[in-house]
Amino acid sequence: MSRLFVARNPRVAARCLDGEMMIMSGRDSTLFTLNRTATILWQAADGTTPLDEIVQSKICPEFDVEPAEALHDAETLARELASHEILQISEEPIAPATALAGESR
Amino acid sequence: MSGLLQEMTEKALALNIPLSVQLDLTYRCNERCVHCYLDHDDHGEMTTEEIKHLLDEMAAAGVFILTLSGGEIFVRKDFFEILEYARQRTFCVKLKTNAILIGEAEAARIRDLGVESIQISIYSHRPEVHDGITLVRGSLERSLDAIRFLKSQGLRVVIANVLMIQNVQDYAGVRSLAEELGVESTLDPTITPMMDGNRSVLSLSVDQSALQQVFRDTGLVGNVDEFCAVAAPADESALSSLPCSASHTTCYVSPYGDVFPCVQFPLPTGNVRKQRFLDIWRYSDQMNEVRSIRIKDLTTCTQCSHVSNCSRCPGLAFMEGNMRGPSTQDCEKSFARTGVPSANMLSKRRAAANLVQIRALPALASASA
Repeated sequence: MSRLFVARNPRVAARCLDGEMMIMSGRDSTLFTLNRTATILWQAADGTTPLDEIVQSKICPEFDVEPAEALHDAETLARELASHEILQISEEPIAPATALAGESR
Repeated sequence: MSGLLQEMTEKALALNIPLSVQLDLTYRCNERCVHCYLDHDDHGEMTTEEIKHLLDEMAAAGVFILTLSGGEIFVRKDFFEILEYARQRTFCVKLKTNAILIGEAEAARIRDLGVESIQISIYSHRPEVHDGITLVRGSLERSLDAIRFLKSQGLRVVIANVLMIQNVQDYAGVRSLAEELGVESTLDPTITPMMDGNRSVLSLSVDQSALQQVFRDTGLVGNVDEFCAVAAPADESALSSLPCSASHTTCYVSPYGDVFPCVQFPLPTGNVRKQRFLDIWRYSDQMNEVRSIRIKDLTTCTQCSHVSNCSRCPGLAFMEGNMRGPSTQDCEKSFARTGVPSANMLSKRRAAANLVQIRALPALASASA
């Protein structure tokens, strides 16, 4: 099975308010808020770290969940966020030039 | 406002976060609009690096919606460098511009940088009227060309029209033009006094009959009966509510780094060249004074029948001399909308009736006869 890479879509606007990530779609200005898992995924989505590594290093330590189950859920979540053009997903690393600098508060 | 944005605004209010900021990059402008409230000379604008530092501070403070305005933003040669930096900090960026410097290449760059919307000032569908307000020949044509370029890039464009004596007959024409171009439009009948307090530009304001016509236009207000109805008496909840979002979830920063509660509320609260943005936001005495005001603290307005649905602007009230007082321009709007004079208007009428009348003395009158 090939590895999945995720990157924040540079066209969105985002801000973290008290731990809750607020994202505005660059496509139609629809506003989303991300839950804790999606926020961790968003913040770690640098385009170069494979999703399985993100799950292992960032998600599993936060939640009491089996790694295989967490990876399956994370892939589903990443594809859903990609369908809203919030994340970019690829089977190859995504060039850093097209990914935004991280931010947090 | 969408439900989720309302929810996030309430969260920002509870956490004392400046969710939305207007940053004017310059007061310089390539138009000379007759109603403009700004001094267009450069008195020491922030440098590119100062603005980038401010954007870092704003992002850390939780600012999400960043409106870049002026003056005319495109007269700054570093405009795209600033915009790119702002987008790298993931602000939701909105632009306010006259757009006459936006060509096809600029429109494409704005699209690439993921700008949320571009608000463009259009005062009339007739060149002689629009250009007569901007005092720049050909400005309407150039602004409309820019709107077409931006639309062709799939960007959201909003036409902003300010109603004044010069264009009072043309707002329907502007609205039709917006529909033809496939963009949104807004109409604002408020002329803002100059930042230095000079109120002479208010002479350009439209009269009561024009306001009445606007407020009874279903295309603008929807259900006229509902819009023009007198409000129900204010209950305790309404009296405890906030006058507006200024100092609560929004503020304004001038090109010189001065921070104000709002672009229309010129109460200096600090300067980002001397203090951290977040320190001004949290600890400025002036910011906290504005923040402390509730509707029930308003001196005249609490006695007014319009208090629970008035468009009263605290900044305009401040410019009249009292941030807790009425804003006469909004009293006039409430009167035009409902036909019921405001408490402020009635008070002024009583004061005028009590003036001592000056008459010729009888002896002098008969002596001169």
